[in-house]
Amino acid sequence: MQGEIAAAPPAAREHDLAAPPIGRGRRRQVVPYALLAPSVLFLLVFFAWPMVQALILAVQDTNGAWSLAPVERMVNDLRFGEAIKNTLLFAAVVIPLQTILALAMALLLMAGLRGAGAFLYLWAIPLGVSDLASGVVWLSIFTDRGYINSILVSLGLSESGIPFLSYENPVSLFMCAAIAELWRATSIVMVILLSGLQVIPKDYGEAAEVFGATAWQRFRHVTLPLLRPSLQVALILRTILAFQVFAVVIALAGRQLPVLAEAAYQFYYTIRSPNTAAAYALLIMFLSLGFTVVYLRLLRVRDAELGR
Amino acid sequence: MATAALAQRRTKPRRWHLYVAAIAISLFILVPIYVIAVAAFTPRTVLNGFPKPLVPITISTDTMQAFLATRGVGQSVINSLIVGAMTLVMSLVLGTPAGYALARFAFRGRDSFQLLILLTRAFPIAILAVPLTVTSITWGLYDTLPAVAIVHTALALPTTVLITASIFISVPVDLEEAALTLGCTPLGAFTRVAMPLALPGLAAASIFTFVLSWNEVFASVILTVSNRTLPAQVLASLGDSPLPYRFAGGFALILPALIFIFFIRRYLFNMWGRVVR
Repeated sequence: MQGEIAAAPPAAREHDLAAPPIGRGRRRQVVPYALLAPSVLFLLVFFAWPMVQALILAVQDTNGAWSLAPVERMVNDLRFGEAIKNTLLFAAVVIPLQTILALAMALLLMAGLRGAGAFLYLWAIPLGVSDLASGVVWLSIFTDRGYINSILVSLGLSESGIPFLSYENPVSLFMCAAIAELWRATSIVMVILLSGLQVIPKDYGEAAEVFGATAWQRFRHVTLPLLRPSLQVALILRTILAFQVFAVVIALAGRQLPVLAEAAYQFYYTIRSPNTAAAYALLIMFLSLGFTVVYLRLLRVRDAELGR
Repeated sequence: MATAALAQRRTKPRRWHLYVAAIAISLFILVPIYVIAVAAFTPRTVLNGFPKPLVPITISTDTMQAFLATRGVGQSVINSLIVGAMTLVMSLVLGTPAGYALARFAFRGRDSFQLLILLTRAFPIAILAVPLTVTSITWGLYDTLPAVAIVHTALALPTTVLITASIFISVPVDLEEAALTLGCTPLGAFTRVAMPLALPGLAAASIFTFVLSWNEVFASVILTVSNRTLPAQVLASLGDSPLPYRFAGGFALILPALIFIFFIRRYLFNMWGRVVR
């Protein structure tokens, strides 16, 4: 959903080193800070401060006294274990599939097909689709009296349709939500990988080919290592967003498939406990930060590898 | 010549398979959109039946009309437009100067600021929305559209800064320097030279911001009770609404995305790198 539409454009990172200076002289040195001030101030008040506040909320009871009650309430919640399991499992299933599909899409677009521009537009459409909308779209397909069952029954393949979204079929429920996420959120990974592929010099692959490398070897030993920075960005972004999965699950499963963000929502909205909701929000944040560090370690980009 | 021949040899075989793969992926993306569009324009009586027709035998705006006439829905569409416009204005006004500073000035703390901006992506919406809702109650902003727009701006601003920075980087600095040499003030050089050249890109960035706000649901639904945005309205009524209502809501949510992505498709590629040849 949200930030997904616009990931940090790698273009901006490329130019990091080459900051073209308009400002020279001491008087000009004030200008950039003055230009930054409004956004820094806004982010301090409406981004940094709420985070501190969430931390405070999570360790206070309803009267405002210090207490670990919200955290205890979260951990002792019947749906807590399931919410953690589902959230992690969801990320573990969706992200690898998504990365492979996005990589295939990006490579296809680079293969010089006719109409690549049209394919790119079509494949970019889900960038503008929210997870709520995606959930509702796939609901129309998977629901008991939905379109897949309409086809199955019309063709006589099934008597009265398959209950894909029934709580009695947790695996199929989970897979339907995963398909909806795959449909919606693969585009952003594709766009990031595509922009990464475009800056890889063609000579490397051609050199490898001259020395007799097969297409697979060129991909495995030339393209993939050089694509590592983009893969890192895409994986971090997708993992953070996967931990926030929310509306798609509610649209398809109601409360049958607890995930962390949905639990935070239920605690705030239905149970009216902002403190426990804040505890859930913090948990999501720590998970995101933890995994970001892991990705940064695992996919560390060594300058030597880039030949720079 | 030699490399061209190599390329020929490399790309000739299995071309056919590539097109099949590309078309299969396109269908995976298009069919669900087609299905929700058919559902939204099938009359309710047919939608309530089973099996449902996969081709629009009877096209009718009955389902959409009923959805829009439902209590609260029409107003929520207007609310979404207002919140989107407020978010867009706030993030552009706050973000464009910062983007310009990143693109044009070398200054101490530049890298730290950029890192800070990138770091904001690691924080979930829930961590902003929950405390800000609590704060908005004490500030008397609870259940108001500006409160929703503020949260959306907090989400959109880092991206706006990065996108505007990359747009200003693509505007040649020479032109601005020329204006300065010819006696323009720095502000004049910005408004008369850099701004007009960056305008199409900024328009595209605004559309991104608007779509982000239009799509955001978590903060909207916990920040409001009676002043719902469209996604909040649809989400809050998911549990107790008939299927035709939900399908119409899904289509209404997707529609702007289709239009906007079409208009900015050129900039989509500019923003993330060069276009495929």
